[in-house]
Amino acid sequence: MSNTAIKAIRVNTLARVEGEAALLIKFRGDRVSDVKLSVYEPPRLFEALLRGRHCSEAIDITSRICGICPVAYQMSAVHAVERALGVEIDPAVRLLRRLFYCGEWIESHTLHVYLLHAPDFLGYEDCIAMARDHRAIVEKALRLKKIGNRIVTLLGGREIHPISATVGGFHKLFSRSELRELTDDLAWAVEASLDTVKLVAGFDFPQFEQDYEFVALQHPTEYPFNEGRLVSNLGLNIAASQFEDHFTESQVEHSNALHCSLNGRGAYLVGPMARFNLNFDRLPPVAQEAARAAGLMPPVKNPFHSIVVRAVELVFACAEALRIVREYVPPARAHVAAPDRAGAGEAITEAPRGILYHRYLIDNQGLILSAKIVPPTSQNQRRIEDDLRAFAAPLVHRPLAEATWKCEQAVRNYDPCISCATHFLKVQIQRD
Amino acid sequence: MNSKNKAKPRIGVFKLASCDGCQLTILDAEDEFLAIAGAVEIAYFPEASRAMARGPYDIALVEGSVTTHHDAQRIQQIRRASRTLITIGACATAGGIQALRNWHDSAEFVRVVYATPSYISTLKLSTPISEHVPVDFELRGCPINKYQLLELISASLAGRKPNIPAYSVCVECKRKGNVCVMVAHGTPCLGPVTHAGCHALCPSYSRGCYGCYGPMESPNTAALSNHFRILGQTGLQLSHAFRGFNAWAPEFRQASEEAERA
Repeated sequence: MSNTAIKAIRVNTLARVEGEAALLIKFRGDRVSDVKLSVYEPPRLFEALLRGRHCSEAIDITSRICGICPVAYQMSAVHAVERALGVEIDPAVRLLRRLFYCGEWIESHTLHVYLLHAPDFLGYEDCIAMARDHRAIVEKALRLKKIGNRIVTLLGGREIHPISATVGGFHKLFSRSELRELTDDLAWAVEASLDTVKLVAGFDFPQFEQDYEFVALQHPTEYPFNEGRLVSNLGLNIAASQFEDHFTESQVEHSNALHCSLNGRGAYLVGPMARFNLNFDRLPPVAQEAARAAGLMPPVKNPFHSIVVRAVELVFACAEALRIVREYVPPARAHVAAPDRAGAGEAITEAPRGILYHRYLIDNQGLILSAKIVPPTSQNQRRIEDDLRAFAAPLVHRPLAEATWKCEQAVRNYDPCISCATHFLKVQIQRD
Repeated sequence: MNSKNKAKPRIGVFKLASCDGCQLTILDAEDEFLAIAGAVEIAYFPEASRAMARGPYDIALVEGSVTTHHDAQRIQQIRRASRTLITIGACATAGGIQALRNWHDSAEFVRVVYATPSYISTLKLSTPISEHVPVDFELRGCPINKYQLLELISASLAGRKPNIPAYSVCVECKRKGNVCVMVAHGTPCLGPVTHAGCHALCPSYSRGCYGCYGPMESPNTAALSNHFRILGQTGLQLSHAFRGFNAWAPEFRQASEEAERA
């Protein structure tokens, strides 16, 4: 039985990603002639509608860009505005913001690893079908996910679009005992995340390595969330304020998402693989050991291994959250004063999917004159297309349904968040 | 495929212009998710599954507002394919935060974000689903409350009226025993005119309500506007307070425009 050569792979609605995208891969003979990841998610024009609003509102407004990673938007916004206003936060607030981010990483990574990506490796259409054969795994995943959401809800009031972050701190003062209530759940979560690494490390992975420029934040001692310099394996080392000198967003006709590229070098990769490869030595010992035991050492260059990297980051986030709830001592005040003044501020933080850049220009009444937002998925978009160009070629003689599913899986390696990137993605395979 | 499956009500989850948060609420119902998946057939839910079945659907849950010609057509198809159509969240129910374009030149908005505006196809207005097709129930919130969603699905399947009160956030706040942030601290709060559903979240965190659930039934926005001015809020601040995630809801829209004129 020989398969006809595929002419094109076409996926009109890409599933198990957040938001609306399509994929089209065209073949000419045995070669891939075109790859288009189109984002038909409607543009919502946030950078325009923020103008004239008070800078303190950017925290709540930009969180509505993405229901999956609202904490990331709130963290990039609040740090950018604080920089513009010259506000210094209390070290305890800094710790609370790390904990807030741990919650979102645990929720988002667990969602992606188990409910969105694992079904590809185990051959199920979705986690519901997977649950029929692997109920205990899905139940454990839901419990772990819920613990992430519990952290976000404790600090933010609710899982999606939390309400407590504000310029200078939080609206509410959190007591030690409130945080300590998370201890038992988090101790369980560390073990569950270690099991996750073992589970996903046992999946079958295609042999597929690429040369990437990895870009992530780097802090002197910590695995990065809200601070650090922006570095790469090819020598990039800049402050957040220099981002726009080194990166350029450009528009392509097939997508409502802007593509971002590194000046002079082109496509690059952000997210778990970049963070892991550039910050392995900043991971706590428990996460490093889990990675070693899974045979995962930097530099990881197979994007299908990203599910294992995400699991290792789960170990980190659970262990870090546990450390914080044990060490936390409340700040003197819930938030420090942040009087209006004219200025410009930018911030980069590590959203679950990679770096998220915000910049605001503010007038002397605190009103936003201009805003710029560069989400992780628009930065990975070119890299996803480059992966597909290399990955799809050997699939040309495979059955169309199989080749299509494999290519979808390759897109899901990036956990793309299309709601964010719109400024962003659809998979199509064509054949006779 | 089996006959037992055929008897289950079929649910479709659809997304227009939105953040994905309201449909994520289904996956965030961690304790109930597997039970839901057992009780109904999730026939169309691209965020969760690559198996996408055609209609008809017993219940369509629609997230997002209409901002493109494509979506204006799609919502007609969704309506035709669905016995009950429920909008979930502020975008689908009131146009969402993206409706701020409705007071501006949308072409200029596109130019601010995109270098080649001609590649972008978008409508001048962001509008709620009810401006396009009949809607059976509008579930409020930015985002929606998962317990209200579960109640609404159960009620729809049982053919009864859902227990989702239309009173204000103030009622929830009093019931919770919160100290009033506006009376005690002079913090501007939309609680008196905002639809309940969040359990008075913001006042419980020492901040004023910012209106995620949109206007309650018959809100007295004029009285609240007066009180905001007594608290020292400017016309611009007052207009921005109403012009949030439910800006295009008629009562908030009118109040924001009055604040601008005054």
